[in-house]
Amino acid sequence: MNDAKIIGPHARALHWFAVLTAIATFLLLGVGGLVTSHEAGMSVPDWPTSFGYNMYALPIKFWRGGVFYEHTHRLFASVIGCMTIILAVWLWLKDPRKWMKWLGVSAVLVVSSQGVVGGLRVVLSEDQLGIVHGVIAQIFFILMAAVALFTSGFWKRIAEGPKINVPGSLRTLVLATTILIFVQLVIGATMRHQHAGLSINTFPSAYGKLWPDTSSDAIARYNANRMEITNINPITAFQVILQMVHRIVALAIFILVAICAAQAWRNLGKGDALTKLAVGWLTMIVAQIGLGAATIWTNKAADVATAHVLVGALSLVTGALWCLIAFGRTVRVPAAQTETFGALGSFAGNK
Amino acid sequence: MKVFSLAFLTGVLTATSISYAADITGTITLTGTPPAEVPIDPLMQDSTCGPLYDTTPTTHFYVVGKNGEFGDVVVSLKDAGGNAITGKSTGASTPAVLLDQKGCLYTPQILAIQTGQKLTVRNSDPCIHNVHTTSKAGNTEHNDVQMSGGPDLTYTFDKPEMFMKFQCDVHPWMFAWVTLFDSPYYAISGTDGKFVIKNVPPGKYTVVADHRKLGEQTQTVEVADKDVTVNFTFTVK
Repeated sequence: MNDAKIIGPHARALHWFAVLTAIATFLLLGVGGLVTSHEAGMSVPDWPTSFGYNMYALPIKFWRGGVFYEHTHRLFASVIGCMTIILAVWLWLKDPRKWMKWLGVSAVLVVSSQGVVGGLRVVLSEDQLGIVHGVIAQIFFILMAAVALFTSGFWKRIAEGPKINVPGSLRTLVLATTILIFVQLVIGATMRHQHAGLSINTFPSAYGKLWPDTSSDAIARYNANRMEITNINPITAFQVILQMVHRIVALAIFILVAICAAQAWRNLGKGDALTKLAVGWLTMIVAQIGLGAATIWTNKAADVATAHVLVGALSLVTGALWCLIAFGRTVRVPAAQTETFGALGSFAGNK
Repeated sequence: MKVFSLAFLTGVLTATSISYAADITGTITLTGTPPAEVPIDPLMQDSTCGPLYDTTPTTHFYVVGKNGEFGDVVVSLKDAGGNAITGKSTGASTPAVLLDQKGCLYTPQILAIQTGQKLTVRNSDPCIHNVHTTSKAGNTEHNDVQMSGGPDLTYTFDKPEMFMKFQCDVHPWMFAWVTLFDSPYYAISGTDGKFVIKNVPPGKYTVVADHRKLGEQTQTVEVADKDVTVNFTFTVK
């Protein structure tokens, strides 16, 4: 089926609802991020009830301290769940593309699993599930952004418009960079759920060095001199090394995204949407590095750390959308034929 | 006559056994300059907890007197080989210990009890707390809400553990560390740096001094029929 025939009378409303759901998902990432930044993940000790109450009937007197963040996060998550179900039903009924119907179903499955994982994290008091919960959130955000893209007029124009060859090397580079950003987010989620605060509290140096001393004596010295108010677990050599890996991967991401932007500029021209998106992506990465530094300089202030989470999520989604758009526009023609026929042919995903 | 002789003999034997238990006393000192305690700003920013104070309370990682007297050091006994003493708990018959939540802080912050001994947790604050324990030794984890003025919570734990963490997730700056021993041979140094481990049976022991941030030090002693003094010096580098 040609994507050009996907549009029905309610397409615009469907698209804007998908956009609204994606934006709401992004905000939920922030609310969820605040829960971890405020160490409030276990402040409501039960699930799916809240202090024995139905979640929607929790008296206001309980909405204090960490409970405020955890409880509002649960309420907001239930709203996103409802919006996802509405979107999935809408897609099933109105979108003629079979794969879009199933994408909507997938979104419901992912958001449902996210809710269960979050609940089990509390019920089982399992920090590792907090990491899984954070990672699923990122995947779900990509999914929602993709649905918003696929229901857009922009995607329709990609389907109907002339094919523009996005070089395979550039597509591969962006895909690989996006995967690296995902890995970085997993590292970041692992760091945040150690509940040990900043394993290295200086930047750009690491305890005054390029690579910190991680001997047992050094770790003991770091712990002896740490004066944490929250995040009270002692730091370990593993956590110090993990933060160093996080820093190195951040540098690698910056270099790769810069190369992506330069390659897009050279191959697609400065006016191309993908070039603009790549430049925006680079700006985002620069901001993200600044937020990472600020997280350390502010001793992991909750709002700064949460902003770091959010920009990280945006960076991941930007790379994912770039890949989807690039693959959607690209002609899959063997190199020899490309020289002869130019940008002709069809993209298999349009069927 | 026989009854009198039996009673007399029992009394002699009892008096004899008591006379062989001695105390281990000592003083803990800190040298070097510990990092400055930090103000607990989130506490003051809390709408319920902040009004409880005129000035911002600080952390208490290092309880140090003006002459270096070092408090909140957990002192305990192991056997001569450095192995934990087990199976000697009298916790079931020992009075409960109180851990209070007052001023949105745990009091005391460092305490020690025996396995099987009751720990009473009280909420003396005008706000909700949750009592969340995290064990690395297999003790049952708890996460219980406690309303303002609500009933005390009572816990017992059955596995020895150093510095088991108690925290309130509603107020993320609230922490206490409870150490669990399988014997009554332990003490916590006071603000004067002094400690006393009472009624230690004769024998050779390893005395262990543990500070949550500065780690562990050990010394070996032999207890006979007189009190023994063991001093420790911790250093901040």
